[in-house]
Amino acid sequence: MSSDQSIDELARMGEWLANGHNAALATVVATWGSSPRPVGSHLVINDSGEFLGSVSGGCIEGAVVAEALDVMAEGSPRTLEFGVSDEEAWEVGLSCGGAIKIYLEPVA
Amino acid sequence: MKGALREALQRARVDKVPVALVTQLEGGAQNLVYSSDQSNAEISLGSSQLEEIRDMLRVARSGMLPGDEFFVRSYVPPYRLLIVGAVHIAQALSVMAAQCDYQVTVIDPRRAFATAERFQGVELCAEWPDEAMARLLPDAQTAVVTLAHDPKIDDPALIAALGSGAFYIGALGSRRTHGKRLERLTDLGLEDQLQRINAPIGLKLGGRGHAEIAVSILAQLIQARYGG
Repeated sequence: MSSDQSIDELARMGEWLANGHNAALATVVATWGSSPRPVGSHLVINDSGEFLGSVSGGCIEGAVVAEALDVMAEGSPRTLEFGVSDEEAWEVGLSCGGAIKIYLEPVA
Repeated sequence: MKGALREALQRARVDKVPVALVTQLEGGAQNLVYSSDQSNAEISLGSSQLEEIRDMLRVARSGMLPGDEFFVRSYVPPYRLLIVGAVHIAQALSVMAAQCDYQVTVIDPRRAFATAERFQGVELCAEWPDEAMARLLPDAQTAVVTLAHDPKIDDPALIAALGSGAFYIGALGSRRTHGKRLERLTDLGLEDQLQRINAPIGLKLGGRGHAEIAVSILAQLIQARYGG
């Protein structure tokens, strides 16, 4: 549970869009085990690769930003999963040993 | 997310209206659900689903609905913390609480205490606590903490807090000080409300420094909020 003093990532995303950028919104939709960021946490990304917010406390942000650029180009949302059982996790893994599911969507 | 929905979502957040964003993860259809209505209805939600979403919104919880088809992101206005007494502990507490997403107001009619220099970036209010409370109207998302150590300042704030729905009320002072306070408030006919006051304030962590006491107060506040 988190309240929203974070006026914040979504506001910044609105500014990017107003300035002619494309943007994507990543949201933590589920976590298993110990994960550093609660469900609902946001990361916003623009088409220059700038980002604000956090979905993991740092370990998978790079991978999410890379996926976000694809999502902006394609214009359709996708779901990402990261965890220690995932092959990829060794590259972009969650050192906390948890697992995390992220919904990544393009924003108009 | 469509532009119109994003703008409606930001409008609700700026206006401090609780709103839930519901997303069908397969396909990406989205609704905004408010406490009493919904808009941008791309998803046809059943009444039991709407009830579940509004229950989540009430407690600011985000997560999947049963069935794992829909994700609910609850956006609620920040909780408020009203600190009465612009004292040393308040300096530490106001900063720490803001980091925990509380919207903090420090109330103290003594202008020498409530200075912008001592409380950088904190909303200050130099009204008497009874006037400030009448204006700020503590509700179920508000905590009230009295730290002035002066009954002329603390008591009116406590009286107002006890007449409100504040989810947490705490008062600084030793057991002895609190005993006298209880006598005064009992004389005012508030006897059946007095157990709502957390005093001596804060969890027993053993710290004595002003920042350590601020941690113990904030810890108790977090515990009260989440029922931990």
